[in-house]
Amino acid sequence: MNDALGPLWAVLSARYRTLLQYRAAAFAGFATQLFWGAVKLMILAAFFAATTEPQPMNLTEVVAYVWLGQALLGMLPWNVDADFREQVRDGAVAYDLLRPLDLYAYWFGRTLAFRVAAPTLRGVPMVVFAMVLLPLAGLDDWALGPPASGAAFAGFVVSVVLAALLATAVTLLAHISLLWTISGVGMDRILAVLVSIFSGLIVPLPLFPDWLRPMLEWQPFRGLADVPYRIYSGNIPAAEIAPELVFTLGWTVVLVLLGRLILRRGVRRMVVQGG
Amino acid sequence: MPQIEVRGLAKTFRVAERLPGLAGAFRGLIHRRMRDVHALDGIDLDIERGELVGYIGPNGAGKSTTIKILAGILTPTAGTCQVDGLTPWRDRRRHVARIGVVFGQRTQLWWDLPVIESFDLLRDIYRIPPATYRDNRDRLIALMDLEPLLDVPVRQLSLGQRMRSDLAAALLHGPSLLFLDEPTIGLDAVSKLAIRDFVRELNREQQVTVLLTTHDMDDIEALCQRVIVIGDGRILVDGGMDVLRRRVRNERVLVVDYDSADEAALLDADREGVRRVERDASRVRIAFDPERIPVATLIGALLAQGTPRDLLVEYPPIEQTVAELYAEHDVREL
Repeated sequence: MNDALGPLWAVLSARYRTLLQYRAAAFAGFATQLFWGAVKLMILAAFFAATTEPQPMNLTEVVAYVWLGQALLGMLPWNVDADFREQVRDGAVAYDLLRPLDLYAYWFGRTLAFRVAAPTLRGVPMVVFAMVLLPLAGLDDWALGPPASGAAFAGFVVSVVLAALLATAVTLLAHISLLWTISGVGMDRILAVLVSIFSGLIVPLPLFPDWLRPMLEWQPFRGLADVPYRIYSGNIPAAEIAPELVFTLGWTVVLVLLGRLILRRGVRRMVVQGG
Repeated sequence: MPQIEVRGLAKTFRVAERLPGLAGAFRGLIHRRMRDVHALDGIDLDIERGELVGYIGPNGAGKSTTIKILAGILTPTAGTCQVDGLTPWRDRRRHVARIGVVFGQRTQLWWDLPVIESFDLLRDIYRIPPATYRDNRDRLIALMDLEPLLDVPVRQLSLGQRMRSDLAAALLHGPSLLFLDEPTIGLDAVSKLAIRDFVRELNREQQVTVLLTTHDMDDIEALCQRVIVIGDGRILVDGGMDVLRRRVRNERVLVVDYDSADEAALLDADREGVRRVERDASRVRIAFDPERIPVATLIGALLAQGTPRDLLVEYPPIEQTVAELYAEHDVREL
């Protein structure tokens, strides 16, 4: 096991070490996410103040949804790795074939590192801010509360891990598509729109109109944000956690298999056309 | 059995022909004319274990294509290739675990990380056993004088430092075969010498087989017992330096220095087998064919006419030899 994960761990830790060299970027990212979190909260609070009908989520759950979303924002598959795009553009990507590794597994490791490295650096201060500093400032209503229960916390942890894997599978599909499209600019735009709407980042999915809900329930992006955040706040009750985890895992497996299939064709193209 | 055995290797790329001008660009959107480019046109090659082979040719001759195919990251259109019993592009993962590759034009190190951390990453990627890794790493660090660079991020290294680090990185897993694609490109003289010494040492002491492409003929002369010249996707010459020289034109140059220009002017070198006589003040350069006039005979004739201060027999510069070879085969830079 350790043997199989060795290379993966290696690329992961390389990414962290690279990132730690750019502390200013991490700080700027944190400040931006804080600002957008506050804006989103104010809009949603205004909405709750104005509504008279009972909503599928209460304000406490929405506040948790927003803060967790801000903390884990970078984990959402909303863009492609600029390094990777550069490598595809100048053909260096073919040289990854010089490593004695399964190419999909190697790229999965690289992409996972890209996806999770930044949010783990930014997420912790965000949670500290929303959970500790806001109550200290007397803004209890706006603060991130503790998880709904022990089960909710355990479920949240597992679902975030699965969300990271799902996000990696989606990002890696985008990376693989670069082998054909090269530029990746269009891919960034499409991904950003799809993901920010369908994961629940812009508006929590339960607040969408009823007629849209069945469609939203089954699409894969829900596993990225909606599932873990609602498990945390208890909006998804403890008894329903397990099926939700299976849902996310299922989509991850499907997208990994799809990615492998497409990559195999991409590699064939790469080794025929040259770098 | 040779370590590398190549038979009839061919590689054809299909490229879209671009028509000139804006109108051409629009027509290209609708109908693209495809053109076949024969990067390799049937190559046969045997390389024995422990050889150090120079692989030269003009840009676009097929050098890099050959290296990429042998390294397993490009599939040929036709032909077979066995490296240590494996077909590189079919058994890619097992094959690349046994070889080292350095491309002078790009680094395989992690740009933002210190050199030593790149080495540690490669240990994990190649799953090098800890003891082997320590031995190889320490030996390479000592040989390439990398100690002061270990904590420097790769992006801050000079080209020469980077190339030394890249060479070490390619050898951490102890490959028995090393492909070097223009390892001295852009390097200053000192760095070039360091790289050459190291490659020679590696080949002699560790019996690592090396296939080296370069445009620097000094690399070839300093290192290679055998040279393969490729042009237009075909092998033009395969053999020792002497074979390469004879293949083009068997010529030596006798350089004769006199004490004065007057003495030099008196010399009559015109005889059977002498091709050119150039005079430059007190120096005379006589180009001759050693098979038609032995060097001893020529020198004897000179001594009978006067007393030169110094005599020296030169080979024509290898650049000239290769340039003439390309011209003879009508090889254009593609």
